[in-house]
Amino acid sequence: MLTTIIVIAALAIIFGLILGFAAIRFKVEGDPIVDKIDAILPQTQCGQCTYPGCRPYAEAISKGEADINQCPPGGEAVINELADLLGVDAKPLNEEHGEHAENKTVVYIDEQICIGCTLCIQACPVDAIVGAAKLMHTVVESECTGCDLCIPVCPVDCIYIRNVSETTSSWKWPSPETNKVNS
Amino acid sequence: MKLWKIFGGLKLKGNKSMSMKHATQDAPLPKILTLPLKQHIGYAAEPCVKVGDAVLKGQIIAEAKDYISTPIHAPSSGKIIAIEKHRIPHPSGISTDCIVLETDGKEQWLECKPNANYRQLEANEVRNIIRDAGIVGLGGAGFPSYIKLNTEQTNAIDTLILNGAECEPYITCDAMLMQEQSRKIIDGLNVMRHALHAKQCVIAVEDNKRAAHTLLVNALHEHEAEYIDIIQVPTLYPAGGEKQLIKMITGKEVPSNGLPLNIGVVCHNVATASAIADAVLEGKPLISRYVTVTGEGVDHPTNLNILFGTPFSDLVDLCKRNNKAEQFIMGGPMMGFEVSTDNIPVIKTSNCILVQAKETKTEFVMPCIRCGKCAEVCPAQLLPQQLYWYANAKNFDKVQDHNIYDCIECGCCSYVCPSHIPLVQYYRFAKTEIYALEQEKKKSDIARQRHEFRQFRLERKKAENEERKRQKRELLKKVNGDKASNDKSSAEDAKKSAIEAAMARVKAKRDSQSITPANTDNLTAQQKKSIAEADARRNKEQKES
Repeated sequence: MLTTIIVIAALAIIFGLILGFAAIRFKVEGDPIVDKIDAILPQTQCGQCTYPGCRPYAEAISKGEADINQCPPGGEAVINELADLLGVDAKPLNEEHGEHAENKTVVYIDEQICIGCTLCIQACPVDAIVGAAKLMHTVVESECTGCDLCIPVCPVDCIYIRNVSETTSSWKWPSPETNKVNS
Repeated sequence: MKLWKIFGGLKLKGNKSMSMKHATQDAPLPKILTLPLKQHIGYAAEPCVKVGDAVLKGQIIAEAKDYISTPIHAPSSGKIIAIEKHRIPHPSGISTDCIVLETDGKEQWLECKPNANYRQLEANEVRNIIRDAGIVGLGGAGFPSYIKLNTEQTNAIDTLILNGAECEPYITCDAMLMQEQSRKIIDGLNVMRHALHAKQCVIAVEDNKRAAHTLLVNALHEHEAEYIDIIQVPTLYPAGGEKQLIKMITGKEVPSNGLPLNIGVVCHNVATASAIADAVLEGKPLISRYVTVTGEGVDHPTNLNILFGTPFSDLVDLCKRNNKAEQFIMGGPMMGFEVSTDNIPVIKTSNCILVQAKETKTEFVMPCIRCGKCAEVCPAQLLPQQLYWYANAKNFDKVQDHNIYDCIECGCCSYVCPSHIPLVQYYRFAKTEIYALEQEKKKSDIARQRHEFRQFRLERKKAENEERKRQKRELLKKVNGDKASNDKSSAEDAKKSAIEAAMARVKAKRDSQSITPANTDNLTAQQKKSIAEADARRNKEQKES
């Protein structure tokens, strides 16, 4: 009887030590699910989800504070992917946060009007606007995510939205589904 | 030479003889040449001429700034009249930047630098000549040729294949070229062999081109090159596909996601070889090509040697456009694409202009019945119906799992499909869709990095500010502390004496200058009174202080 108790207790201690060691040795830095959610989000950093950027939104989703349908730039595709990842039902986009636009847009600054106030530079989440105080600013188009956060802060309204022009390398073959005859 | 069998494929009606009745002619020089900056796979060339510049025939007008790119040359002498957007031969119908050249009819050449003794040149020098001559694969894909002549180690290439199969119906430009320029093709092959250090060379011709084969063999006799084989391959579509031809000749299969280079084979088109001979032996850049203009929409189908930038419409007119000319296809009926207008220029990859009447659709698309005919003919041994299924459902992960990128878009599956499903369209759709998703992913990764760096930068700035403020506070504290530790009264005394000294200095200065006010004579009683008042006040203040 006593030997059994001693043996079981010893085993418990050994396993406890192993588990304790493993918990320290193989500790996962950060929350992996947040990274996975963040990888799906479109990284426009627009804040339409009410969180200050894509990562905070990903954190909120992982904690269950936010729903998966609050990302207008991602639209249905992102909602479906998130639903797949998290094992929940997909739902339509919450229209309170905005509408999903099919066409990608970027902004550009009318350099004739710009007064060089730097407000848009401070608003840009991806540092895609260059310029200095009292000097003209301009948008680096290839880095612009189309979040439009710079538009409301501009005191002279010189920032406009522009559709990303299609090139031969960005052009996509249309789906044949669209001109199919129903049988 | 032993040939290997390829999987699948189709026997198609050739329709080739109609455009081979006449010898190839040079098309007349058009007034305006429109030259797209991107006529190849890779990055667009960048213009190095301005509007208004006069250029000579063969002069570089746009330079290659990236590795996967080639320069563009002026096909004739004349004046640059615009650099603007223009329709190009592309399925999208999108306009892209083009250099517009007005020809002067003089055809004045820039001085050519022939390299007849190319064998003395290093391989990389030959490659540079080929790159600077703007040569791309003329079979239809348009990949810069000099890259395909670059092997990292020498002796890596066993077999260099020249592709003269031209398996697609209607197209005869390579066949005519082999008949008319057989010597040049062999010259070009020798240059390529020199650049690649290939052990063995094969020119593959489909067995329906007897004349081309005979003429090539005759030309080869003059060269006495025992390392070159000229072989006939069976007429089977798509025997001219790069991977299919390699399998047929060497028995080796190009690995999925791999290159022929990986198995020691390089494959070029015969027209590319001819262009390379021109570039190296005569110093002439690529400014024209053989183009087949054929189809029921023209009364006089033929092959023409056409300068790049010549509009399709000129050529269709030259070949006697008839009333059936409604639809224009660049390339062949199987792999070509429809262009919406004939107001587009011939580019480096235009091998054929097929002019047809508009297809009246008599067959409706029916559901897939899983007959499996598509899988039987697929030369890449894919599962076309599965690909269709997943592409239709936009399940792009699954599409990739079924190796969509091994699909060569030959169109055999669509051709045999009893339900008339445009299968290839689904694959093209899925491929571009996957590519766009990948690009988006890359872009969002960059955005994430930039955002994270911005957060980091702001944090850092804040921390730095805090640190600066803290240091200043400490410094201030230290200075005050130092003073406090000194004799307090003596510090105050010093201050007091300094003030007193300053006041004494001012007083001495005032006295020494003995300033006497002006205009003090003849003052009115009122003025005297106010002066007296002011003096009294000042004296009183002085006494108080």
